[in-house]
Amino acid sequence: MEQVTTQASEPYVIEMLHITKEFPGIKANDDITLQLKRGEIHALLGENGAGKSTLMSVLFGMYQPEAGEIRKDGKVVQIKDPNVATELGIGMVHQHFKLVECFTVLDNIILGIEPNTLGFLKKADARAKVLELSKHYGLQVDPDAKVEDISVGMQQRTEILKMLFRDNEILIFDEPTAVLTPQEITELMQIMNNLKKEGKSILFISHKLNEIMEVADRCTVLRKGKYIGTVNIADTTKEELSRMMVGRNVNFHVQKEEAKIGEAVLKVRNMTVASKVHKNNAVKHVSFDVHAGEILCIAGIDGNGQTELVHGITGLEPLVSGSITMCGMDISKTSIRKRSVMGMSHIPEDRHKHGLVLDYTLEDNLILQRYFTPEFTNKAGFLRRKNIRSYANRLIEQYDIRSGQGPITLARSMSGGNQQKAIVAREIDKNPELLVAVQPTRGLDVGAIEYIHSQLVAQRDAGKAVLLISLELDEVMDVPDRILVMYEGEIVGELDPKNTTQEELGLYMAGAKKDEVTVE
Amino acid sequence: MKLLKNKTFQSLISSLICIILGVLVGYIVLLIINAEGAGKAMITILKNFFVYPNAKMRMEYFGTVLVKMAPLLMCSLSVLFAYKTGLFNIGAAGQYCIGICACLFTALYLHWSWPLCLLSAVAAGALFGFIVGVLKSYRNVNEVISGIMLNWIALYITNSVLSLVKEPSSPYTYKLQGARGKAALLPQLGFVNQIFNNNKYITIAVPIAIAVAIIIWVVLEKTKFGYELKATGFNRNAAKYCGMAEKRNAILTLVIAGALAGLGASFYYQSGIEQWECTATSVPGMGFNGIAATFLGGLNPIGTIFSSYFLQHIKEGGTHIDTMKYSAQISDLISSVIIYLCGFVLFIKYMMNKITVKSEERKKERLAAAASAVNSNEKKGGDR
Repeated sequence: MEQVTTQASEPYVIEMLHITKEFPGIKANDDITLQLKRGEIHALLGENGAGKSTLMSVLFGMYQPEAGEIRKDGKVVQIKDPNVATELGIGMVHQHFKLVECFTVLDNIILGIEPNTLGFLKKADARAKVLELSKHYGLQVDPDAKVEDISVGMQQRTEILKMLFRDNEILIFDEPTAVLTPQEITELMQIMNNLKKEGKSILFISHKLNEIMEVADRCTVLRKGKYIGTVNIADTTKEELSRMMVGRNVNFHVQKEEAKIGEAVLKVRNMTVASKVHKNNAVKHVSFDVHAGEILCIAGIDGNGQTELVHGITGLEPLVSGSITMCGMDISKTSIRKRSVMGMSHIPEDRHKHGLVLDYTLEDNLILQRYFTPEFTNKAGFLRRKNIRSYANRLIEQYDIRSGQGPITLARSMSGGNQQKAIVAREIDKNPELLVAVQPTRGLDVGAIEYIHSQLVAQRDAGKAVLLISLELDEVMDVPDRILVMYEGEIVGELDPKNTTQEELGLYMAGAKKDEVTVE
Repeated sequence: MKLLKNKTFQSLISSLICIILGVLVGYIVLLIINAEGAGKAMITILKNFFVYPNAKMRMEYFGTVLVKMAPLLMCSLSVLFAYKTGLFNIGAAGQYCIGICACLFTALYLHWSWPLCLLSAVAAGALFGFIVGVLKSYRNVNEVISGIMLNWIALYITNSVLSLVKEPSSPYTYKLQGARGKAALLPQLGFVNQIFNNNKYITIAVPIAIAVAIIIWVVLEKTKFGYELKATGFNRNAAKYCGMAEKRNAILTLVIAGALAGLGASFYYQSGIEQWECTATSVPGMGFNGIAATFLGGLNPIGTIFSSYFLQHIKEGGTHIDTMKYSAQISDLISSVIIYLCGFVLFIKYMMNKITVKSEERKKERLAAAASAVNSNEKKGGDR
């Protein structure tokens, strides 16, 4: 009841009415309306490429819309550039933080509006205000710690404090949970609720339905640049939201048959890999098998040696000791190219760092693993452009990779989901014996996740071995046939996803529980 | 506006703007030094060999510009080739210098024939590129640092080695003539030399240099090797991830870059046009000017043919101005001002992109306004 009355009396603090924004070849926003009430948490939901980022860029004055208007407290405002947005009290926590790594937390917070007299900094006042704010909202930070030394969670709290320090009223969180551990996510939800209680208005951009259901009051859904609707979270369900977002029913649970497990395709024995960050080994004497026809998942909290494990298997890093056998051949010292040709595919953890050449076109990226084959290079060493084009067109169609200009689109200009689809298409189309997929659904929306999961299962059903490395609990529970848990560079448990719970998995991941895991 | 978005057109226009700016600034400098003769001097620089009233003389000096263009083009291609792989080959100057050392030593001391001298220059340049490449790939030494240090090493090696074949009475090396080095002179082009008033310095170097530029373009744009090199230049990690031998490629790139610079040295010194001065205190500017030619040429191998020609044209033009009013060094000053402004090519491209984006937005706004006006007047949809 109380909520109804506030709805009637409380005006909208920000209204974006009938916003239209076009880019060459694409209508990124088509008549979109978003109304944010004072003191609410309003979720903005949509798949990758639905137009969420464009809409926020319009709100921040980075783009000027072709049509539509923006109102603040009912008055029409012209947001010509980000400075105007800042003056209006709009602040944003970006998905990739905008912090100066070698500065302290306090320096980062005051950056740009440093309190000073005659050019001399007056940090004491700022420190007092920061400490006050951090206590008031339960945002634990150490103002004197350098940003490069603190956890991702604390970096995010620093970003939030930056907004509060500037007395921002409207706080935008752009996919804030993508980089956090489960515990940090719970904390963030608490912080958002605190901010709401203090009368701040929050715009929460996400495609994680669980989080939206937990924390938001209302939710606006976009799909392919169009406005689909705004709903009260109390009156809706996860299923309805996902239907609005994707435009069809979505399977949250991966559909799969009983696994038909075959021979071991990959045998890892006593593998030890050095760390690049510290002097100890990141992977310590790890042994396991991956069989044909199974999906094996390596679970664990980020930074427990998964990255180095993958680098060891794929050849990006040399082994300190131990051996790797694939299809009966010792590949411990084999080159990356040879491993790839032998039938190893690798969907890398970081699609921008490893997976793509962003300044190459889509077609040039799609042949990245096979450009040297006779299909694409003739005997004299010239590229066969015609074959490349037709191959790219086939993959684009088969895997539904969307882009502005088809095969000649620059990879940089594509949305994250479609970039990932391109990598998945490239790696799966190689018809590998072993597919190593590292966080293949990171940062993707429900529709794309469903698609990629189904592709992994299809590979398994085709009798391939799939090694999945994942940080997402839902994915760990749903997709694989077998789970190995990694903790501090060692395998501490082997679990059957059918007979385990998230709680039990969590205990292993946190190092509270440990079994001896052996392979014959 | 559509034309402005075309990449080739953009490169062309921005290079032209740089040239105009350079000429303007150069003119201002001339004005400051001596206002009276400034206009005439500037025209002289731009006219270069056209200042000669005699058509035969014009052709002869035009030929000389071409002879000097060939080595600059090679240095420019050297810088460009490495740049496409993400490496900045400032060592081209040293690779060029050590190329001089190799070809003159083999010519004057060992009395080898021209193909062998040419190959030794190529090999010497390649060796210096190789050193930079190995340091880069295996010890992660920045190629700019090691390149600059090798430039000095190359200079002093060249000075001491070529002192063995120095004229007794001057700091210069012997001329390539008679039994001492005639065999090392590059073959002339017969009737082509006649066109250029029997300019004896015109050799096979000029057409070969242009052919090399075209070959480099083909390699970069059409081959597997070029695909790998550019991928490595854009994203080293991705290149490693997909199994390209990125370390080997970096070394190979610098070896080729070094070879190109060495070839440039051979083109110039084996034409017999110049002798090495064994008391030189800095490496020849050819390698550094190559950097300017690369950018002025819009980072395109074909473009560098024209930019190299232009840079040599104004450098030569500078030698014709009135030395009564201006000191002899003024020509270097003017050409270096123009070369310096060539660095602004990328900046001008950036500005052009910004302008096109803005004007497009304005156009759209106008269209939208027009459409809505039509809508409200006639109460029916605009035909947008």
